[in-house]
Amino acid sequence: MNMKKSISTWRCIAGAAALGMASQWAHAEDTIKVGILHSLSGTMAISETTLKDTMLMLIEEQNKKGGLLGKKLEPVVVDPASNWPLFAEKTRELISKDKVAAIFGCWTSVSRKSVLPVVEELNGLLFYPVQYEGEESSKNVFYTGAAPNQQAIPAVDYLMKDVGAKRWVLAGTDYVYPRTTNKILEAYLKAKGVKSEDIMINYTPFGHSDWQSIVSDIKKFGSQGKKTAVVSTINGDANVPFYKELANQGISAADIPVVAFSVGEEELSGIDTKPLVGHLAAWNYFMSVDAKENDAFIKQWHAFTKNSKRVSNDPMEAHYIGFNMWVKAVEKAGTTDTDAVAKAMIGVKVPNLTGGTSEMYSNHHISKPVLIGEIQSDGQFEVVWETDKLVIGDAWSDFLPGSKDIVADWTPPINCGNYNSKTKKCSGQNF
Amino acid sequence: MMLLIFSASPLQAQGGGDPAFTALVGQLKDGDFNDKARTISDLEASNDERAITVFKTLLAGSLYYRKDDGRVVSVKEGGDAYQLFDVLSGESLGEAGRRDVKKISINNYLRGQLRGVIARLSLSHKNTAVRLNAVKEIVKDIDADTAALLREAMSAETDEAVLEAMRVGVALMDVNSADKSTRLAAIENLGGSLLPEARLRLDALVVQDANKEYAEADADIRRAAAQALSHIESRRQIYGFLETVFFGLSLGSVLLLAAIGLAITFGVMGVINMAHGELMMLGAYTTYVVQLLMPNHIEYSLLVAVPAAFLVAGIVGIGIERGVIRFLYGRPLETLLATFGISLILQQLVRSIFSPLNRLVETPAWMSGALEINSAFALTYNRLYVIVFSLLVFAALLLILKKTALGLQVRAVSQNRAMAKAMGIRTSWVDALTFGLGSGIAGVAGVALSQLTNVGPNLGQAYIIDSFMVVVFGGVGNLWGTLVGAMSLGVVNKFLEPWSGAVLAKILVLVFIILFIQKRPRGLFPQKGRAAEG
Repeated sequence: MNMKKSISTWRCIAGAAALGMASQWAHAEDTIKVGILHSLSGTMAISETTLKDTMLMLIEEQNKKGGLLGKKLEPVVVDPASNWPLFAEKTRELISKDKVAAIFGCWTSVSRKSVLPVVEELNGLLFYPVQYEGEESSKNVFYTGAAPNQQAIPAVDYLMKDVGAKRWVLAGTDYVYPRTTNKILEAYLKAKGVKSEDIMINYTPFGHSDWQSIVSDIKKFGSQGKKTAVVSTINGDANVPFYKELANQGISAADIPVVAFSVGEEELSGIDTKPLVGHLAAWNYFMSVDAKENDAFIKQWHAFTKNSKRVSNDPMEAHYIGFNMWVKAVEKAGTTDTDAVAKAMIGVKVPNLTGGTSEMYSNHHISKPVLIGEIQSDGQFEVVWETDKLVIGDAWSDFLPGSKDIVADWTPPINCGNYNSKTKKCSGQNF
Repeated sequence: MMLLIFSASPLQAQGGGDPAFTALVGQLKDGDFNDKARTISDLEASNDERAITVFKTLLAGSLYYRKDDGRVVSVKEGGDAYQLFDVLSGESLGEAGRRDVKKISINNYLRGQLRGVIARLSLSHKNTAVRLNAVKEIVKDIDADTAALLREAMSAETDEAVLEAMRVGVALMDVNSADKSTRLAAIENLGGSLLPEARLRLDALVVQDANKEYAEADADIRRAAAQALSHIESRRQIYGFLETVFFGLSLGSVLLLAAIGLAITFGVMGVINMAHGELMMLGAYTTYVVQLLMPNHIEYSLLVAVPAAFLVAGIVGIGIERGVIRFLYGRPLETLLATFGISLILQQLVRSIFSPLNRLVETPAWMSGALEINSAFALTYNRLYVIVFSLLVFAALLLILKKTALGLQVRAVSQNRAMAKAMGIRTSWVDALTFGLGSGIAGVAGVALSQLTNVGPNLGQAYIIDSFMVVVFGGVGNLWGTLVGAMSLGVVNKFLEPWSGAVLAKILVLVFIILFIQKRPRGLFPQKGRAAEG
C-alpha cells in the first residue's frame, strides 16, 4: 500500500517538474527563479528529498497567491547527489547559469562549507535549514536552523534541572557537527561544575551498526549510582541500530534517558518506536505541536504529497520560515538583488509553526522556541518542556574560549560575521 | 501505609462503583505531570485492587479520556477508529474516532513512578517471573518502607530465585543496620550478587575521604566489604570477558553472513561483484514486503522471508550473471565497473519504488530483549539468533558444495573449466546457478541484517568493503577460511574497541589486514594444488 502511494508521489513530483518546465518555455522572462539544492540520490537523499518537496510545495503555494513582485516563482531543482564538491559545482551552475534569486539547500555542515566560498564569490543567497554547530556567519547565508544555544544547551539544562542528570555521555558520529557541539557542551558542563570523570565522550563512524560494546559501556557508566543521561549527536542511519541495541540491552528511558539532536519524526518513521518510548529529542518544532499554523501546514503537506501519513519535521519548518522571510524581504526591497534583499532580511518577522513569530537578526540567525519532546509509541513527540520565550540564535558560542569575544553583526558599523569585540577587529575571512 | 495493600479484602474489589476511587481515576487526566504524580500516589494509597489495572494501562499508553464527557477509558487501536473499553471492568464502550479521545500523557518521571508502584503491587502475583521482575524493580530504588515490604513478602515466597533477589534487596538496607552480625551477614549476601547497587553499597563502606579517614568506623566490616568487593570484581571481570567474546562472535556472524555469498561468487567463481551489498539490500526489502503482506503474523514473517529473499536475490543474481557478467569473464576491471554500475542502478531503483526513506521492519517478539544470565551478563536475543542463523547458513552451503551434484559441478568448473566441459558439464549453466546461489545467500543475509540495522537504499554499501575484507583475509575460495576470518576479525575488533574507540578499531583492523596480506597474499587458508594456479 505504501509502495503504491510513494509511486504516485513520485509521479506527482515528475508531473510538477514537467509543468515547471512547460511554464519555463511559456514565459521564460517574467519568472523569478529559486534554486533548490538538496541531494535526491546518495546517502543524504533520505533526509533531503523531503526538503525538496517542501520547497516545491511552498513555491506552488506562493504562485497560487499571485507569485512575487507580479512574477511567478520558478523552482530550479538540482541534485548534488550527496557529493560535497558537487554541491559547490551545482551552486555555481545555479547562480551563474540559471541566475536564481536565492538558493534553499544543504543539509550536512560539510556541504554548507563546500558551498560557502561559491555563494560568497558570486554573491548569491543561501538559506540553510538544518540545526548546526554554529561558529559561522556569512554575509550570503541565512541560518534558519538552530544554533547550539537553540538546541543543545537548553536540552542539557532540561536534563540537569528537571531530570536531575549528574553523569553525562556525549555520543556522536565522527564529523564536524558532533565534535563542535560536544566541545561546546563539555565546556558548558564543566562550567556548571560537572567533573571530567562524570563525562564520557564517544565517537563512532558514519553508519555505525554494531553498538553492542558502546551500549554496554554506557550501561556500566550509568550504573555508578548517579543519574546518567546520554546526549546524542549520532547522525542519520546509525540511530536505528543504536536505539535497537539500547532496547535489547534493557536500558529504558526512565533509567538512562537519551536526548537526540538529529532524530525527528522522519527518522522515527523507519523505526519500531515501542521500545524507544520516553527517550527525548530537542527541536524547535514538533509535528504534534498544537497551533493553527501547524494544522494548516500539515494539511497542505498531506494534500501536496497525496499521502496522509507523511510526517513533518523541524528542517521543514525552517524552510517554511526561511522562504516566507525571503518573500517578505523581496517585497520590502522591491527587487531580488542580493545586496538589497540581504539588507531587507534583517528584522523581518514571520509566523513560525509553533504559534509564535520568528525574527531574523543581524547575525543572520533567527529566533525560535526550544522544545523538548518525549518519543511516543506512534512515532510522534509529546512536548514535555519548552522555553518561556523565543531564543535568539547565537552564531559564536559563549562557551568556547576561541569564540567567546566574537560577534556577528551584518549591520553598520560592524558589518562583519567574525568581529572580535575585544580587539575591535573584523577577521578577514567572512566565515 | 503500603502494608495495608495486603490486607485489602477481595470483597472490596468486587464492590464495583466506589465513587471516591472512580473520581481519583478521573483526576488522572487533569493537571500537569506533578498533579498526575500525586494522583498516582493517592490511587496507590487507596488500596483498591483495581488500581494496578489502571496503572498498567497508563504505563502502556492506552489510557485515554473522551473529550465530550471526560470519562477515562482504555483504548485499543484498530484501523482508523479506536475501540473503547471501561478501564476497570473491561466492558466495551463502542468505537470512537481518533479525534474524539485524547491520550493521558505521561513522562519519564511518571513512568519510573508507575513501574515502582506496579512492582510493589505485584509482589504477591502468582507468576514467578512477574514477582522476580517486581523484586528487581524495587531493589533498584530501595528504602526502609520497600525493604519492609520485601521482608513481609519473603515469608510467603517459595521460589528460590525470587527469594535470592529479595535477600539481596533486604541486605542492601541491612548493611546500614545497627547490629554488627546483621551487617556482616548482609555483606556476605551482597558479595554473592552482581547487581550494580550491591557493589555501590559495598564501595561506600571502604572509601576514604580526603584525610585518609574511612567513612566506616568498624574495621571488621571494612575487611568483610573489601573481601566481598574483590569477589564481585573478579566475577565481573570474567563476565566482562565473556561479554566481549559474545559481542565479537556476534559481529563476526554478521561479517560471515555478509561475506559468505561473496565467498561463492568471488571466492569460487572469481567474479568481483560490487553489487553484492545491493543483493543483501534486496533481501532486506523482501522482508519488509513479506511483513506488509502478512501484518497479523509478524512472528512468522521471518520464516517466510528467508526463502523468499533467497529466491528474489537469487533470481536477480542470475539475471545479472546472464545479462552482464557472462560477457565479461576474464576481464576483472570491466566486471568491477559494470557491477558497480549495477549496484547504483539497484539503489536508485529501490529509492524510486520504496522512497529514499528507511522502511520499518518489525522485530518479532521472540527476537527482542535479552537472555539474562545474571545482572552482569546478558545475551541479546537478536544477536544470539543471528549467530545461530549464520552458522546454519554456513553449514547448509558447505553441504550443498560437498554433497550435491551441483556442488560437485561447481567445484569441477572452478578447478578446471576445460576439463569439466569435456566431461559434459554445461559450464555456462553452472556459472549462472553458482552466481544465483551466492546472490541468494546474500539475500538471506539481508533478512538477518533487517533485524539489526536500517532497511534503506544504503544498506548494502555499509557491508561491501567488510565482506571483501573477510573473503580476502580468509583465503579466496575457501569457505572455512571465510568462517575463521569473519569470526576472528569480529572478536579482534571488539577487543580493540573499548581500548581504542570504534573509529580507530576499524582502522587498526584494516591496517592489520593490509600487513597480513603483504606477508601471506593468499590469506589464512590458501588454496593448494592446481586450483591455486587458476
